[in-house]
Amino acid sequence: MVEPVLSVRGLTVEIPTRHSVLRPVDTVSFDIAAGEILGVVGESGAGKSMTGNAVIGLLDRPAHIAGGEIWLNGERIDQLKGDALRQVRGKHIGMVFQDPLTSLNPLLTIGQQLVETIQVHLDVSGAEAKNRAVNSLNEVGIPAAAERIDAYPHQFSGGMRQRVVIALALCAEPSLIIADEPTTALDVSVQAQIIALLKRLCHERGTAVMLITHDMGVIAEAADRVAVMYAGRMAELGPAREVLTKPAHPYTVGLMGSTPLASAGKERLNQIEGSMPRLDELQPGCAFSPRCPYAQHKCRIEPRPTLEAHEGRAACWLAGEVAE
Amino acid sequence: MEALSRAWRSDFSWSFRHSPVAIISLGVVLLLVLSALLAPWVAPHNPFDPASLNLMNGFTRPMEPNAFTQEIFWLGTDDQGRDVFSTILYGMRISLFVGFTAVLFALILGVTLGLIAGYAGGWTETTIMRVADVQLTFPAILVAMLIFGIAKGITPVDMRDEMAIWVLIIAIGLSDWVQFARVVRGATLVEKNKEYVQAARLIGRKPGAIMLRHILPNVMSPVLVIATISLALAIIAEATLSFLGVGAPPTQPSLGTLIRIGQGYLFSGEWWIILFPAITLLALALSVNLLGDWLRDALNPKLR
Repeated sequence: MVEPVLSVRGLTVEIPTRHSVLRPVDTVSFDIAAGEILGVVGESGAGKSMTGNAVIGLLDRPAHIAGGEIWLNGERIDQLKGDALRQVRGKHIGMVFQDPLTSLNPLLTIGQQLVETIQVHLDVSGAEAKNRAVNSLNEVGIPAAAERIDAYPHQFSGGMRQRVVIALALCAEPSLIIADEPTTALDVSVQAQIIALLKRLCHERGTAVMLITHDMGVIAEAADRVAVMYAGRMAELGPAREVLTKPAHPYTVGLMGSTPLASAGKERLNQIEGSMPRLDELQPGCAFSPRCPYAQHKCRIEPRPTLEAHEGRAACWLAGEVAE
Repeated sequence: MEALSRAWRSDFSWSFRHSPVAIISLGVVLLLVLSALLAPWVAPHNPFDPASLNLMNGFTRPMEPNAFTQEIFWLGTDDQGRDVFSTILYGMRISLFVGFTAVLFALILGVTLGLIAGYAGGWTETTIMRVADVQLTFPAILVAMLIFGIAKGITPVDMRDEMAIWVLIIAIGLSDWVQFARVVRGATLVEKNKEYVQAARLIGRKPGAIMLRHILPNVMSPVLVIATISLALAIIAEATLSFLGVGAPPTQPSLGTLIRIGQGYLFSGEWWIILFPAITLLALALSVNLLGDWLRDALNPKLR
């Protein structure tokens, strides 16, 4: 098997509080191969973004990585500090943020920002960097890139700005891109374009993508594989088609049932009863058991099985049975 | 040319052109600053040149010929026979110089500390901001007098008059940095969590570079407003200190020193010696302040 670009094993993030230690990310494992898009879904607070931030080393205190390993291109990066960390994450990881309004510096032209990023990573002259900047704007479909390069972010529309952000993430030729809800702030017609663009560029360049979203539509559109997270844990992990059509974890079943489908013609959506437990109120058993329609006694007392990166698809005692 | 016409069409310029208060204030400020800068050429007399002084001219009333020399002084003369108009022009030089330099000093100190406090957080922030809080509990003028007193104690006696101006600048600057630090820290806390700062951290820029290149320009507009209003306050603070006799020495009289000299003659009928420096101080401080008010509104996107 080809070595994956990003390999996360048993990643655990902890936030110590006065009363207890919270675990927004709990023993999470997954791989992303070159050119592959891994969609990470889950509701708010499931630990999606926290996982992304842990990978790029941008956790804000007091949150910290308490366990597990993160490997990028065969190099272990979770223990790097200071300059070494800056080098690795800057050079090999690009990030597309949720809100294109705030992810560009309002007082610098987009050209200045692209050139800054390029020059930090690649040892090229100013003119060459500007050249590359224009090319990368062309690539993300900004018309008249050579003229627009001296424009300020506020002179672009939301969708165009998100294209600039993608250009910014791609211009240093990273091997991994973390896209944290890249389309949430955009309207639907633009969403599709941005997702298609991200998908095309990554497949062309062989960039691995971690696509964090809560939108099942986006996952269905773009992801090769899907990771479903619930209460900081990996609930299900598998090829997108399989997870979407034959979900194995009761939570994924519920999630799919609550996604509106134009073709289904249903009048009411199913919804999962209750809400996700707060991190300080987790029960000893499976975190989903209080809401799970299939939950049995075992689910409520025994810690749920941990999902490894390869073996098995769902972290559920009943995985096989639920599917039927 | 193109940049000029763009500047003319900008919101900022539009707001200026439609605010009579701003136009008049700027006019007054420019008039006063220019006449202070050009004092050696504009002033009819040099009040610091003892050779040009004639004691016979003392206490000449404004616009009336002197009883002995028949000379006419627009704004009269003081006890030494110095032309009040000229002393005002020269005095403004000192007042403006102290004001500008003190604000610049406060600005650099406050913005630096505020940026560091906001960006670094933790103990650094706590230490800086608590020092600022403690200083805020003392009236600014008291802090300035304290610093002035200490400086006076440690500088050699023969240097005192030369050092006085610089001590004044440091005293006013040190009593004024807190508001810069507070505002910049607040703005930095907001900017720091925006994604472009995260992005800059991600691509590997060092904290210093992020603070200077990305955060600083984005927190400067409130700083500009505070600096303008601080300028008015610094000029008044300088006048207050000089009035109290702890500021500019009589050899280099500022507006405050002139007012102090003049108040001795107020009740013996020589009202012009104090009135004209006081009016100048008022006009200067008021117009700078009004300009600052307008700037605050013009730079506030919520009030557009």
